[in-house]
Amino acid sequence: MMSHAVEINNLTKDYEVGFWRKRKVRALDKLSLEVERGEIFGFLGANGAGKTTTIKLLMRLMYPTGGSATILGRDIGDISMHARIGYLPEHPYFYDYLTAREFLEYCAELFGYTRHERKRRAADMLSRVRLEEKSWNKQLRKFSKGMLQRVGLAQALVNDPEVVFLDEPMSGLDPIGRREVRDLIASLRETGTTVFLCSHILADIEVLCDRAAILQRGRLAHAGRLDELRQLGGERGMEITVVGANMPELEARLAGIEGSRLTASPGGARIEVPTEKQVDAALDAVRASGARLVSVHPVGNPLEELFVAKVEMNEGQEEKK
Amino acid sequence: MSEESVIRQTGERAASSAVVAASGTIPRVLAIARNTFREAVRDRVLYNLVLFVLLLTGGAIFLGEMSASQEAKIIVDMGLSAILLFGAFIAIFVGVGLVYKEIERRTIYAIFAKPVGRGEFLVGKYLGLCLTLLVNVFVMGAGVSLALVYVRGGLDPLAWTIWPAVALILMELMILVAVALLFSSFSSPALSALCTFFIFVIGHFSADLKIFAASLGSDATRAFFVALYYLLPNLSNYAYINAAAHGQMPAPDVFLVALIYGVVYVAVLLAAATLIFNRRNFK
Repeated sequence: MMSHAVEINNLTKDYEVGFWRKRKVRALDKLSLEVERGEIFGFLGANGAGKTTTIKLLMRLMYPTGGSATILGRDIGDISMHARIGYLPEHPYFYDYLTAREFLEYCAELFGYTRHERKRRAADMLSRVRLEEKSWNKQLRKFSKGMLQRVGLAQALVNDPEVVFLDEPMSGLDPIGRREVRDLIASLRETGTTVFLCSHILADIEVLCDRAAILQRGRLAHAGRLDELRQLGGERGMEITVVGANMPELEARLAGIEGSRLTASPGGARIEVPTEKQVDAALDAVRASGARLVSVHPVGNPLEELFVAKVEMNEGQEEKK
Repeated sequence: MSEESVIRQTGERAASSAVVAASGTIPRVLAIARNTFREAVRDRVLYNLVLFVLLLTGGAIFLGEMSASQEAKIIVDMGLSAILLFGAFIAIFVGVGLVYKEIERRTIYAIFAKPVGRGEFLVGKYLGLCLTLLVNVFVMGAGVSLALVYVRGGLDPLAWTIWPAVALILMELMILVAVALLFSSFSSPALSALCTFFIFVIGHFSADLKIFAASLGSDATRAFFVALYYLLPNLSNYAYINAAAHGQMPAPDVFLVALIYGVVYVAVLLAAATLIFNRRNFK
């Protein structure tokens, strides 16, 4: 049987704080997780929940206080396994005296590729992350945060890794950039790359991930398939926006739909229904009243609701203690 | 995606990573060294050469009044001393920042996620700065030789007899870089620079420590100073500037012993720095 892409067992990390009177703070508390090969795994948590600590432990930038972990079946202490993984650090910052192309060639060199192969891979990766070709020979000190983020992604993928760890890959990107990075991560699925995606932005996880874990104050609060997580969050309501509606008639036609709400807005109206199943009926009412449809959106985010609920629940328990 | 295709793609990757596994420590260390050299060049570390040339030309014009043989002596004295001081300045100030800067700016994160050991990284950074110093010292040494040819109006034996002394200066600077690197593996840059500077100064008097220890009455204090003598680098092994000004070269065996001592000392310091660096957590 093939080993898991990532397997974490009771991983624990304490930090020492204070200069004279040292005391221990537990950043990660007996975390156990398994990530399957080829999946996009979401690692969610508020700021300071221990996401970055977990990744740094896996990358051997820190040493655990307790527990163990394997990547691709090899212990995390085995540095040679790093030839098969990639990592994008949070808020990446790279050698600012190098150009983007030089930096990527340098990264490829550390993997031991030949000169020709280094050049090829650097160019491939830079175009893959859609960095404009005119910036390839510019020093990284002149790069914006979004451009650095792209270079960061390129260096994480330069060795065509089997598992890639991305710590907040969308931070610092504009909406177009976010979408491009999202597409790029989705495309990794096609090549069979396992993605360990760390984020505090639920929408990104929801769109991309097969499974996710929620980390709360260094502890695993929940882990499961995204559809399970969504169900835990409850039924999702829908919002329909229309223009040119005959308000009294629309109101009358909607009266038959249980729980629906109609609100007038400048030039049109907004209809809310509590479940997805009622959307068809509501749309019939819209057409019959002669209104034009603008958009249909889910209201709220079940994953977000679950996340908030989990956080509140755990905090409640802490207080009781 | 199906499990089958995952396995197939993993198999293809395993083949390509076999190429990676075949590459060893040395190419990685050299890659890091080359990049460190490139950093020094782009951070304009070598600009100190311009200052050195100005100093040398200024000195030569000023000395124009003296007799030619005295002039040559002073050029060697001044030139080699400047090579040592400029080099020490670079070794200390760039040396203490070599690793510290990478941690501070978090550039080290992406590097250690690649198959790069911490010891490989340290040695690579070390060799990179040594390469910078090699270029620096070589160009300066050539400058001194040229200045000698100029003032003597032709080939002077001093123009080549100074080179063993120049090589020993380089070895001394290489020890200094290793000291700076060791301190900076656990301490702040400012403190590391201060400590390295002290060792640079004391190291030149370390032979006196032994004589001093011999003159002491108490066994405990004597043991302490003898221990200090063996612990600190004996930099008087590399002080041939004065002799070089008089046209003397170190005896081949003395020269060789100084080189071997330097290499062993550096190896021990780098091993110690790696041990400390290996234990560090990067928060």
